[in-house]
Amino acid sequence: MSSRPLSPHLQIYRPQLTSILSITHRATGIFLSAGVLVITYWLVSIAAGENAHAAARECLGSLPGQLLLAAWSFSFYFHLCNGIRHLFWDVGMGFELKTVYASGYAVVVASVAMTALTWGCVLAQGGT
Amino acid sequence: MAQLVLPKESKVTKGKSIDAAAGAKRRRRFVIYRWDPDSGENPRTDTYDIDLDKCGPMVLDAIIYIKNEIDATLTFRRSCREGICGSCAMNIDGTNTLACTIATESIKGDVTIYPLPHMEVCKDLVPDLSHFYAQYASIKPWMQTQTPPPPDKERLQSKDERVKLDGLYECILCACCSTSCPSYWWNSDRYLGPAILLQAYRWIIDSRDEATGERLDDLEDPFRLYRCHTIMNCARTCPKGLNPGQAIAEIKKLMVSRSI
Repeated sequence: MSSRPLSPHLQIYRPQLTSILSITHRATGIFLSAGVLVITYWLVSIAAGENAHAAARECLGSLPGQLLLAAWSFSFYFHLCNGIRHLFWDVGMGFELKTVYASGYAVVVASVAMTALTWGCVLAQGGT
Repeated sequence: MAQLVLPKESKVTKGKSIDAAAGAKRRRRFVIYRWDPDSGENPRTDTYDIDLDKCGPMVLDAIIYIKNEIDATLTFRRSCREGICGSCAMNIDGTNTLACTIATESIKGDVTIYPLPHMEVCKDLVPDLSHFYAQYASIKPWMQTQTPPPPDKERLQSKDERVKLDGLYECILCACCSTSCPSYWWNSDRYLGPAILLQAYRWIIDSRDEATGERLDDLEDPFRLYRCHTIMNCARTCPKGLNPGQAIAEIKKLMVSRSI
């Protein structure tokens, strides 16, 4: 083990769109993997009969359930939009720093708007 | 493995404060990371209030002024003072850049200065770059050929072939980009990082180099190349306005196109 100190990194580096969106992409990806379990639970509840499905509806329809679903829908839209951004990068497009920032802001706006639209529709129909 | 917090002996404490700006019209506070290898103490941040009318316009001018007039123990690297040697790369106001090309006036509020992030510190603002240079050597940064050169002239390039090196040859290896990259922070033991990969690409697309295949073979590795997740901190911080992220993407494309 060296006796030299390690210079500060996360503690002092200025948060910026590039790194924030990158870590958000990863976080939403992990969160969505957990969401797959919930979707599975919901699907299984349909197969398991009326009572089980009613329980699932009640659970997901509760305030914490709705908030989690809202978080999952945002995560889904963000991960989708940013995933498309990554596909462009994978073919070598959109690397100019200006474009990186423009596409980054576009991803944020688009995912917030799609989440709002989705929940606008949901609430207009009176919940789940 | 990512270790998000600093080890105990690397934690930064608060150091001394020196006010050397009595009667100054343009007073500015510099908060500077200090570590003395002989003291056995933790790193600290010292605060210097200085009169900007007494020193030049750049951050490098200010820290040279501090070293000359206020605290001779302050240690940092500098040489050309015009952004071509890369010696004075450090973290200023939260991003990596060259102290000689950033004006103090362009920074709002206190000027905080740290060494390049997530590096072993030799002293104060001087990081140990041996590993970075060893990684550079590992990509064989010189022209490799099998064929003999033309007997009567140099190996020539067309204009189009030469243009491909623009945006690459300007790299001065200051390490700003590599030490801004979270992926390099967590995996610098095996991931080459943006600066070295940009340099690797510089030789891969040089029309005169004949070792392209071997160069790509050497990079075909889950860590060496593919720890780049296109975070793009590298292009955001490069003091020369280069785009290592794009160079890495071009290497990845070459990897795919040669396998199909």
